[in-house]
Amino acid sequence: MVKLKNILFAAAVLAVIFLIMGPAPAPGAKDAPAAQKNLILATTTSTQDSGLLDLLIPTFEKSTGYFVKTIAVGSGQAMAMGAKGEADVLLVHSPEAEVKFMAEGNGINRRLIMHNDFIIVGPPADPAAVKATKTAAAAFKQIAVSRSLFMSRGDNSGTHTKEKAIWRVAGVNAEGQGWYQQTGLGMGQTLNVAAEKKAYTLSDRGTYLAFKKNLGLDILMQGDPVLLNVYHVIEVNQTKFPKVNAKGARAFADFMVSKEIQDIIGKFGVEHFGSALFFPDAGRNPHELGL
Amino acid sequence: MDLILDGIRKAFELIITFDPEVLGITMLSLKVSGIATLISLVIGIFIGTAVALNRFPGRGFIISLINTGMGLPPVVVGLFVTIFLWRSGPFGYLEILYTPTAIVIAQTIIATPIVMGITLAAVQQLPPNLRLQILALGATRLQLLWILAKEARLPLLSAIMAGFGGVISEVGASMMVGGNIKGYSRVLTTATVMETGRGNFDMAIALSIILLLLAFTINAVLTRIQQKRRPR
Amino acid sequence: MNTTFPHLEVKDLLVKRAGVTVLDIPSLSIEHGDVLGLLGPNGAGKSSLLLALARLLKVERGAILCNGRNTVAGDGAFDYRRSIAMVFQEPLLFDTTVFHNVAAGLKIRHWKGKDIQESVTRALHRFGIARLTGRDARKLSGGEAQRTSLARAFATEPGIILLDEPFSSLDPMTRESLMDDLQSVLRDTKTTAIMATHDRMEALRLSKRLAVMKDGSIVQIGSVDEVMNHPVDEFVASFVGMESILHGVVNKNQEGMMSVSIGDREINTIGYARAGDRVLCCIRPEHVTLSTVHDGEQSSARNTFAARIVKITPMGPFHRIELDCGFYLAAYITGPSLDILALKEGGEIYVSFKATAVHVIPR
Repeated sequence: MVKLKNILFAAAVLAVIFLIMGPAPAPGAKDAPAAQKNLILATTTSTQDSGLLDLLIPTFEKSTGYFVKTIAVGSGQAMAMGAKGEADVLLVHSPEAEVKFMAEGNGINRRLIMHNDFIIVGPPADPAAVKATKTAAAAFKQIAVSRSLFMSRGDNSGTHTKEKAIWRVAGVNAEGQGWYQQTGLGMGQTLNVAAEKKAYTLSDRGTYLAFKKNLGLDILMQGDPVLLNVYHVIEVNQTKFPKVNAKGARAFADFMVSKEIQDIIGKFGVEHFGSALFFPDAGRNPHELGL
Repeated sequence: MDLILDGIRKAFELIITFDPEVLGITMLSLKVSGIATLISLVIGIFIGTAVALNRFPGRGFIISLINTGMGLPPVVVGLFVTIFLWRSGPFGYLEILYTPTAIVIAQTIIATPIVMGITLAAVQQLPPNLRLQILALGATRLQLLWILAKEARLPLLSAIMAGFGGVISEVGASMMVGGNIKGYSRVLTTATVMETGRGNFDMAIALSIILLLLAFTINAVLTRIQQKRRPR
Repeated sequence: MNTTFPHLEVKDLLVKRAGVTVLDIPSLSIEHGDVLGLLGPNGAGKSSLLLALARLLKVERGAILCNGRNTVAGDGAFDYRRSIAMVFQEPLLFDTTVFHNVAAGLKIRHWKGKDIQESVTRALHRFGIARLTGRDARKLSGGEAQRTSLARAFATEPGIILLDEPFSSLDPMTRESLMDDLQSVLRDTKTTAIMATHDRMEALRLSKRLAVMKDGSIVQIGSVDEVMNHPVDEFVASFVGMESILHGVVNKNQEGMMSVSIGDREINTIGYARAGDRVLCCIRPEHVTLSTVHDGEQSSARNTFAARIVKITPMGPFHRIELDCGFYLAAYITGPSLDILALKEGGEIYVSFKATAVHVIPR
């Protein structure tokens, strides 16, 4: 016969087992320095989705003993976290917003890490004749004029911010137009929606390459300097936010600009996709990139 | 359809080979939701029984709160727990944001009102004189609660299933307070959302299947226990 | 066992619920081994009194003493409650076997396994349910369930047992058999018992003393004989089964033999009222005999009248005959007698009752 006390006994035994086993131990935490071994890295979903961090973070943790909590959210949220001192170091790619972030005194040591680029992708049929254009702005103009379906991420991410900038240069007010739709989703999902609806969209090369085989969308415009997607690492300002792990942030930033890691970044993706997903830029003059 | 078949195949692969990452994610889901359910059981049964048996001013209000709490949107819980655990929040110094512990906290908050509400209903429908009879047998307050809980054990099993079911399948709060950190605070639900976002649909489906299997197995066991004692 | 103090004593008890007085008992005393029946209509306060005695009811004021020592209200009372037992109208069994039900009180008292085994077995035998020891409590008949409840109560060897209408939801045959068993258990164990019932026969059968309650107070308390045959007022009289209660005026009283005018008739009774006093004359239906002939024996010790049959009501083993003989009279007669006398509603018959059968209450 079922006895309540048997149920509760079993439950208590399970509870004890679970508690003893504990939640999964933090990798590398065993030999961590006593002071602040947790490091909160705020970055973007597209950065995480590229898989680069899955390669770099464990290396960093093993060599320094820090436990990195990678929080992948939209660019806007990542910087908002930094602006509240809720993250220790940022790895983002939204230059305009970053400049504002630095101007407000939220961060120190903004350093160039790498870049990849954005591309305009769309249906192979290319109804707006984007392929024939020479600049991103011209391409967008063409899409607007032909009222071709365009998918925007609409989530204040780095990609979205770049896209809005290009519309501005093109002199088009896309918001509210019937052919302009906002998904509010991450890059991968937005690409899927665009593929489904045979629409144009702006994407970072990395995500596109990762999704390419299932999509059926072609690269129709690339190479325009305005399409460069530049990544910086920013340490959150400990003077403004005393609880920030400044040492850890500095260690991570130093790690990212180190020659060894920059080499790894440069080789990332070649094996899998045939071309590198990122181009290492640490130490270079931003102007060289046409910024 | 191919996609679902791919997913099933992948799920099979992952399970058979005991893929370490998926195993880790599954164990973590079980641990976190299991602990949350257990804690919510203790708190929920205790308070649910107490409220059912005692008259006190504001009782009606408390019961409304409990019933509302049963339908509390998990993301709301997630948001508020995050705010409390932020560095700038009152409990920031504990440094438990983005840890499995934070997920346990959020899930406990989600599950407790469910257990409370079901216990409350179960105890209320016991014969009113039963309490007097138990006291007349010489029971202390604690013994009274224990015996009443035993009498209501069938609905209590439902409470366990409802509480566990609610949290093992929860994603919003778990994502917010846990951070979905690989190998650390990533659970089945948050991993599924992430894989979907990346377009790895076969993986997402595989994880979903594992989650469903888990939930089904546990509920099957509990249901069997419950139905063996179904009243005539 | 303390013999100088009453087993239970109530002093100045007042219980209110939602502002309404539910119990008002200035004093009540119950000796060791007493079996007190509480009789009264619904709402008289019988259940409340039992709950108060069990210390399960919040009292406004008053003390309840056990063996001369004050009992404490609330949680501390579980010490006292472990020396008593209570059985309700519903069996209120637990969702387990008969054995574990009967053992419940003992487990609460932290008895050891062997002692529990002994006591439970004994209690099961006492109430004739030893063969049901492993049965699921939900699969018992009404009688079996109530026997289990009683066994559970007696297993703890209580000094006092409180019973709240324990047989009222049972059919007559089961009731009979259970009452027998309870009677012998009470006799054997000499447990002090207080039993509430609204059935006169039950009260008569099992009690040594009777208390009649009305609206929260005890209207009369005394030995069974006293209360049944010498009710103190109309309410008690009707409750103890004196169905004919007649308003009259004493004509004369000669050395205890009284003549009372009821309407335009006169009846002979015995008593100590004086001429001119207003009285109630109470007669039990069992004491009224019917006859088709005037038996000629008209004496001062007997009252005989011609009567018309107003109503005949079957009541199981007997019939209730309501008559009009210038005043209302109720009589009981057996089925066979009904046939022999060929009684019919509207028919004529002679009724008689002895002077000693009339109980006179001053008004």
